[in-house]
Amino acid sequence: MITAVQKPFNEIHEMVRECRNLLILGCGTCVTVCMAGGEKEVGILASTLRLANREQKISMKIAEATIERQCDREFFDAVRDKVEAADAVLSMACGVGVQFAGEVFEGKRVFPALNTKFYGTNESVGVWSERCAGCGSCVLDKFGGVCPIARCSKSLLNGPCGGSQNGKCEVDQERIDCGWQLIYDRMKSLGLLHLLEHNEPLKDWSTGRDGGPGKIVREDMVL
Amino acid sequence: MQTELRADSNLERILTAGHFAVTAELGPPKSADVEVIKTKAGHLAGKVDAVNITDNQTAIVRMSSIAAGALAMQAGLEPVIQITCRDRNRIAIQSDVLGAAALGLRNILCLTGDHQCFGNHATTKNVYDMDSIQLIGVLKTMRDDKKFACGDEIRNGKKEPIVEPRVYIGAAANPFGDPFEYRVIRLAKKVNAGVDFVQTQCIYDMERFEEWMRQVRERGLHEKVRILAGVTPLKSVGMAKYMRDSVAGLSVPEYYIERLEKAEDKAAEGIKICVEQIERFREIEGVAGVHIMAIEWEHRVAEIVEKAGLLPRPQAA
Repeated sequence: MITAVQKPFNEIHEMVRECRNLLILGCGTCVTVCMAGGEKEVGILASTLRLANREQKISMKIAEATIERQCDREFFDAVRDKVEAADAVLSMACGVGVQFAGEVFEGKRVFPALNTKFYGTNESVGVWSERCAGCGSCVLDKFGGVCPIARCSKSLLNGPCGGSQNGKCEVDQERIDCGWQLIYDRMKSLGLLHLLEHNEPLKDWSTGRDGGPGKIVREDMVL
Repeated sequence: MQTELRADSNLERILTAGHFAVTAELGPPKSADVEVIKTKAGHLAGKVDAVNITDNQTAIVRMSSIAAGALAMQAGLEPVIQITCRDRNRIAIQSDVLGAAALGLRNILCLTGDHQCFGNHATTKNVYDMDSIQLIGVLKTMRDDKKFACGDEIRNGKKEPIVEPRVYIGAAANPFGDPFEYRVIRLAKKVNAGVDFVQTQCIYDMERFEEWMRQVRERGLHEKVRILAGVTPLKSVGMAKYMRDSVAGLSVPEYYIERLEKAEDKAAEGIKICVEQIERFREIEGVAGVHIMAIEWEHRVAEIVEKAGLLPRPQAA
């Protein structure tokens, strides 16, 4: 899923303090699962904003809604009236949803309530971690299903740097696992260590962000 | 082992002739101050075979390694230009390699580079377009195939001559990082990529280093690459404890710390330990030289080299 965390409250409040009719719009997919921007978080943020507005004598009507997904046009129909009644939308979706809401409701200002983080997983209660960097040319077959691009701080393709220590990364020895230790352990358990002796050539980064903004066109589907 | 000269650097000639090589390190200044380089170079000239010029080590902005290397060469040193993969992509690095070669710099050391989080610009964006092993391959392709990484020939036009950079290719080796069993595989991959010499991370744990060297010999790698063992003389008990506790991948045995604690002159004891280590390295099969990383202690390097019986340095034609 796409993971996100809520922005600091003061930053959100600063963004929207001029609004008189604000719609807080949650998203029912990834950010609901990672507990950053679903229906529940919409409710909490709305209450916190109302409280802050009252304290600072700011007059603002706040409406709440959550749709299934903010990255698909069809789900916005359900909130069209609420959006039209608002002078701005505070989207609790990932960066994709924020932008797409702005495209669907042209002329309406859409603010981001979240900081979008990464493609990751919920590895334990309250902990999410990155798994994929969206490089556009998957290499997981070569590394036992552990991605060196997403999980090594330096995206090294030929093994760990000198900063790997006791399974941890030099960047944060408490919180970040060394991606290459993970690769090594997995390949060892698969009996495939010999494959890690192969020299990986230079990577073609143009399949990802370095090739410009990504776009997929499926000729077989285009009408 | 290689016998024909690939770059004709002094370091290459020394190693190829079978002499026990001595290299040192010179950190460029955190300013445009040329005098710092001249002073440091003055301590090292004639005492070592080549000197590494570090590339923004620990991600702190310093004078570029190529510029500082060119200045060090004017001051009588043979530089080993360090290039990390942290700050430059394959376009910038190949361009710099051409520039370095044009300036007469003949040794380049390929490094991954410390993460920017350690330095004074922790909010910057890193590059890591390639890793140190791929960088070795790019340099070898430039030198031996006379082509850029993209496959284009290294010439200014179809009718112009090919003028490739003749560089002696180095890399680092860390016998102490984890996973330990992968460390020798990393070296094997560097050899596959075409590295000519490696300098190790600084060694205090001699047993672990000797174990790593056993693995190196088992694979016959010591016959394919010249290995220089790294040392950093301990200046004080505080430094020894800092190296033990705060530097990733380093362990400083207690008996060294005890020796320093008991010694009246800590610095002299640190140098004594360093000299003993060098003497031991010379007995290890496959160790072709020593790399002395005397951090901000360049003026003591000559003393170490002398006490280790490695002066005068040989002239290798």
